[in-house]
Amino acid sequence: MMIWTIDLPPFMPFYLAALLSVFLRGWLRAIVMLAVPVLGGLQLTGLEIGEYNIFALMGFEFSPFRVDRLSILFGYLFHIAAFIGILYSLHVRDTVQQVAALLYAGSALGAVFAGDLITLFVFWEMLAVSSVFLILARNTEAARRASIRYLVFQVLSGVLLLGGALLYFGSTGTLAFNYIGLDSPAGYFILAAFGIKSAFPFVHNWLTDAYPEATPTGTVFLSAFTTKVAVYALARGFPGVEVLVYIGAAMTCFPIFFAVIENNLRRVLAYSMINQIGFMVVGIGIGTELALNGAVAHAFNDVIFKGLLMMSMGAVLHMTGRINGSDLGSLYKSMPWTTAFCMVGAASISAFPLFSGFVSKSMVMSAVLQEDLGLIWLMMLFASAGVFHHAGIKIPYFAFFGHDPGYRPGEAPVNMVLAMGIGAVLCLFIGCYPVFLYDLLPFAVDYTAYDITHVLAQLQILFFSAAAFAWLQLSGIYPPELHSTNLDVDWLYRRFAPNCIKRLGVVVKRYDDAFRNLFISRFNRTLYFLEQQNGSHGVLASGWPIGSMVLWVAILLATCLLLFFI
Amino acid sequence: MATIEQLAIFQITIPLIVAPLVFLLKNGNRAWFLTLVTSVAMMWVASQLLVHVLSVGEFVTQIGGWAAPWGIEYRVDTVNAFVLLIVSGMSSIVLMFARQSVNQEIESNKRSLFYTSWLLCLTGLLGVTITGDAFNVFVFLEISSLSSYVLIAMGRDRRALTSSFQYLVMGTIGATFILIGIGFLFIVTGTLNMADISERLSDTSQTRTVRTAFAFIIVGIGLKLAMFPLHLWLPNAYAYAPSVASAFLAATATKVALYMLLRFIYTVFGFEFSFDLPLSETLVILSSAAILVGSVVAIFQDNLKRLLAYSSVAQIGYMLLGVSLATQAGLSAALLHVFNHAVIKGGLFLVLGCFVFRFGTASLKLLSGKGTQMPWTFAAFIAGGLSLIGVPLTTGFVSKWQLVTAALDIGWWPVALVVLAGSILAIVYVWRAVEVLYFRPVSDDSQIVKEAPLELLLPTWLLIGANIYFGINTELSIGVADVAAHWLMTGTR
Repeated sequence: MMIWTIDLPPFMPFYLAALLSVFLRGWLRAIVMLAVPVLGGLQLTGLEIGEYNIFALMGFEFSPFRVDRLSILFGYLFHIAAFIGILYSLHVRDTVQQVAALLYAGSALGAVFAGDLITLFVFWEMLAVSSVFLILARNTEAARRASIRYLVFQVLSGVLLLGGALLYFGSTGTLAFNYIGLDSPAGYFILAAFGIKSAFPFVHNWLTDAYPEATPTGTVFLSAFTTKVAVYALARGFPGVEVLVYIGAAMTCFPIFFAVIENNLRRVLAYSMINQIGFMVVGIGIGTELALNGAVAHAFNDVIFKGLLMMSMGAVLHMTGRINGSDLGSLYKSMPWTTAFCMVGAASISAFPLFSGFVSKSMVMSAVLQEDLGLIWLMMLFASAGVFHHAGIKIPYFAFFGHDPGYRPGEAPVNMVLAMGIGAVLCLFIGCYPVFLYDLLPFAVDYTAYDITHVLAQLQILFFSAAAFAWLQLSGIYPPELHSTNLDVDWLYRRFAPNCIKRLGVVVKRYDDAFRNLFISRFNRTLYFLEQQNGSHGVLASGWPIGSMVLWVAILLATCLLLFFI
Repeated sequence: MATIEQLAIFQITIPLIVAPLVFLLKNGNRAWFLTLVTSVAMMWVASQLLVHVLSVGEFVTQIGGWAAPWGIEYRVDTVNAFVLLIVSGMSSIVLMFARQSVNQEIESNKRSLFYTSWLLCLTGLLGVTITGDAFNVFVFLEISSLSSYVLIAMGRDRRALTSSFQYLVMGTIGATFILIGIGFLFIVTGTLNMADISERLSDTSQTRTVRTAFAFIIVGIGLKLAMFPLHLWLPNAYAYAPSVASAFLAATATKVALYMLLRFIYTVFGFEFSFDLPLSETLVILSSAAILVGSVVAIFQDNLKRLLAYSSVAQIGYMLLGVSLATQAGLSAALLHVFNHAVIKGGLFLVLGCFVFRFGTASLKLLSGKGTQMPWTFAAFIAGGLSLIGVPLTTGFVSKWQLVTAALDIGWWPVALVVLAGSILAIVYVWRAVEVLYFRPVSDDSQIVKEAPLELLLPTWLLIGANIYFGINTELSIGVADVAAHWLMTGTR
């Protein structure tokens, strides 16, 4: 393949494959789709640090392919995630979804390798536009509505980013995407843009709203890319910005409560996703080498174990058509593999020793302690217990064990099981050999996850919260899984604001109608007057006798003479 | 190979000599062919002249070897070479269209007469442009005017006769005014050669005679130019003339008049003399009024040709507005619009020619809903209309952009507002025509017509395509306009 030169930006193979997929069918398309992430990932191994394909356009310098340790780590990650996701969705016969998935993965790669803010913006928007089809493809009324709300948030983020980028260019004279910080107004715009995409509190609802509405396979892609691109962007633009520590700590805690009472198991995972991003944001906010390493490593692991959990829930949804905890249970009998892989994912997200979550989360926790942020540390400890509670126990318990509603759907398709298997193996592998991941991190790692204090502390948390869950469940205090709607911030813009506007609209309409009628009658009268003046018999348009024409000539000549003589 | 001086003479003499030959050919088609060949040859000559002045510089040809103050000399510089190319080029393209249209609209025994008048008109227009002698301007002006009265009078509608007569009276008054002005100049300076007049005026320019001459010449040219409020002859003349004559005159006659105005203001009287007088103020008021009144009246027209004619009044306003700014950028915008408007209006009048060819009328009432039957013609109308409005990627936009930029350069923002208002009004009158042609129900289900023949569509789309081409690639049009404006302002290249 001659085109596949070393400096071809990684998004190009994906975009080309998306184009090819439009025309290909069947196994040929499957081969192309599976080959792209494999070949693309191999290409990355041969790359030197540096910037490729720099070009200038309209006085701006663009750098579409910047390679350093941070971007290449995310490059590997997204290739792995894309491969797993594509394998998982191989049984889908829907060109729109598959093309959208390829474009989406390509855009994520384009964004992490973007060396300037405008390129970043382009892929930022492409992420939004391509991913929305993964939600729309569910083809339900709820999905359509959710996808519009999703798009509004994503585009708002893009607009903020563009505005910020232009301001940044105005104040610094460069578009290069490096440390931005909060020294200028541009920084706040860009932070807001990144914040929306990484689901900061109060702007997180697009995630919990839209992800559970996407197709079973679409959610796997969605969980891998958008928020992780945002985490990457934060890590590059705002490392060590203190406010992120508090934002991140809030993000780790508040979703716990929603996740515990939520019935839709994929929405539970969406909330736990915000909680996991919280750990990364805290790490970025601290900004030490250890903290950044921890944040980035946790992002790497999160993509895999959250993807694994989303895949297992997707498999349940695919096989049974239900996703509410109250409707499910005892599926371990018919879906043993899915159950096992889901348990691996649950153990990883809960940071059990020997599973991947443990080796990265403990880095962030250690970094917090090193900076003497005791309160933050306690919040994160609480969040760790909570995450074990809702993601580690609740998800497997309600889906695969618990009461038996009598579903016997059979095991998921083989491609789904394979994809989940790869994810599970990666979780275990990284958990057992963390050095593999540590070597890829942006800064040199002098850290061992497996010492007595870490392991013991973590095991204590886990066992006590397991005990708490068991006690609450047995004593009947645990909130039962119910069909209910839980109020979150999105109530403000989905119920409160529309109602206010409706009320206000009634009042406005009354005055508006009166004003309109007045205007229309005035307008018609003016039109009538103009028609009188200009219509075919009007003063200005009718044929004039020659005498009058000549009179005008005389008048103009006299005026000119008068003017020129004065 | 003829020298460049000889080419300059051929530019006038060839059409003048061919004109009577065309009259001798009684067959309309042969007459048409000879006219077309002559016109295309003149376009080639004009392009040679333009290339020469752009690369080498201006030059002077003395007719018959008589030296300047006694003999007549032709002066070719960037400005008039540009106008020569516009006039001969538009004549050639419209002539390609003419055969079928003329065969339908004019009786067979008058066709060769029509083409004879055409060539004479072309001679006159080219002569006015190329000559360096003030009295010679008057002579060629009369040649072009008299022949254009004939062209207009040949329209099928009997109202063409009265319109032609009105134009004849007004045109003659205008020419007389110009002659009076030239007479005054002759009294003061004792010469008719423009360069000489200009030289000698610098001593005597503050006398009342010179100012009177200036007033007569401005008003006289204003009549030929259809400057508001002296435009009253124009709508009827354009509306009732044969379709191709409307297209030819709309695209060339007023442009040559504008050139004349520039020549007298800048070369003969000189920039300082002209703009010391309140010329700028007069022009800005008249041209703003032309833009607003012309556009508003165009909204209410039923006859599409009249609609375009009133729009022409407004467009001439844009050119004069550029002149009134009295800056090089404004002058360049005016010259650019001379070219662009020739392309726009020529194209649109040819579109109407197609409609008239198939439906026999340009009345909106009768054409309602019939745009659908001629999709290519209708598409051309929309493309031309967009250019008239000034939508980006069309020539109309380029002109207006240059004009607004020039106005804002010297802080005349009300002028920019007038241009904007004119564009909004243009949207109304173009859209109104589109709405009636396309969306209204067909008024009578009498006839279903075919698309216009290729022979008509090709020249139409050639001009409409030029609208888009020069809207995107402005190197040629703006480039030459800039050089020409620089030449007029400073007298150097």
